[in-house]
Amino acid sequence: MAEKIDYKNVLFNPFSKNNPVIVQILGICSVLAVTAKLAPALVMGLSVIAVLAFSNVIISLIRNTIPTNIRIIVQLVVVAGLVVIVSQLLQAYAYDVSKQLSVFIGLIITNCILMGRLEAFAMANRPWASFLDGIGNGVGYAGILIIVGFFRELLGSGTLLGYQVVPDSFYEAGYVNNGLMILPPMALVTVACIIWVHRSRNKDLQEP
Amino acid sequence: MENFNLFIRSIFVDNMIFAYFLGMCSFLAVSKNVKTAFGLGVAVTFMLVITLPINYLLETYVLKAGALSWIGPEYAGIDLSFLSLILFIAVIASMTQLVEMVVEKYSPSLYASLGIFLPLIAVNCAILGGSLFMQQRDFPSVWTAVCAGGGWGLGWLLAITAIAAIRERIAQYSNIPAPLRGVGITFILTALMGIAFMSFLGIKI
Repeated sequence: MAEKIDYKNVLFNPFSKNNPVIVQILGICSVLAVTAKLAPALVMGLSVIAVLAFSNVIISLIRNTIPTNIRIIVQLVVVAGLVVIVSQLLQAYAYDVSKQLSVFIGLIITNCILMGRLEAFAMANRPWASFLDGIGNGVGYAGILIIVGFFRELLGSGTLLGYQVVPDSFYEAGYVNNGLMILPPMALVTVACIIWVHRSRNKDLQEP
Repeated sequence: MENFNLFIRSIFVDNMIFAYFLGMCSFLAVSKNVKTAFGLGVAVTFMLVITLPINYLLETYVLKAGALSWIGPEYAGIDLSFLSLILFIAVIASMTQLVEMVVEKYSPSLYASLGIFLPLIAVNCAILGGSLFMQQRDFPSVWTAVCAGGGWGLGWLLAITAIAAIRERIAQYSNIPAPLRGVGITFILTALMGIAFMSFLGIKI
């Protein structure tokens, strides 16, 4: 129990080397569904960071009292409780965005990143390390969401956060928004491109 | 007839993977060969068919606004819908564990082939997603829930088996750029199949 944990690695590894989305391939569903615009992607990213950090802490605090054969149910209930809080908060303070995100806030519960981190990290580590791990993985996830959301909104609608960024003169010169980028399949291609760039820079991650 | 149409629509038009992109994690992780992919698909279908009606009954008789009025008129004003997430996931997780135990006891051979996938299913977004869609769409009866569950499950089974078959081939015969091998190319394949499945959009059955 007393072995030293390198807190810096715990926090920063998931940003790139061990990114939950593009390296561990977890939590893909929501990446595809909520990234057609940048704003919902931001909200979703923040919600996941919050839920992940706090559920990691809670599970880590009670890890020694959970019987192993019902641990999945316990974990899911803790996560579900937190998600309900987030979803009620969003409905209270950001109703439009919560309408756009619809079932996907609820689906944070089954976001595999959560279960993955709870099983792999929080069940075996102390609360503070688990908290950092939650923040790190949450930020790694939110980062990918934001990159995908940025490109999809820029190329698909010519706007960012609802403000037009592609100048009118472009449209007059015959530039047309790429409607395909709005459709969910293009999110997959965008993620594939991110993986491509990331893996050509990190050769050790390439699959044989 | 209505339900049969819904069943067909759930397989093709509302396909869980290609239209909603739910259940992607296990879809990407377990699609390396056809046999295991098929096993997982069967397990997912099974769980959807079981959990969707249970959650439908919970929703109709316990959770919806005014759903408790069957106990007595004084309960008619109660709205428990904020509890639906917790109850749905509890049903799914406990059913998963129950099914795992039953299968292990009565059919060891099936358990051997499905065994490792069963715990994975509790966190498969397709299952919870099915229940949440059911809640959003106000299904008229429990049979509708059964049919939709079966359709979504079969659609998922179809998708994962197809992708696994393509991946098996591609691993042997194609020369993919090294950084895209494995996961990267699977993303692009899924995107292409998703675009193909979009041709079903707007079909009224």
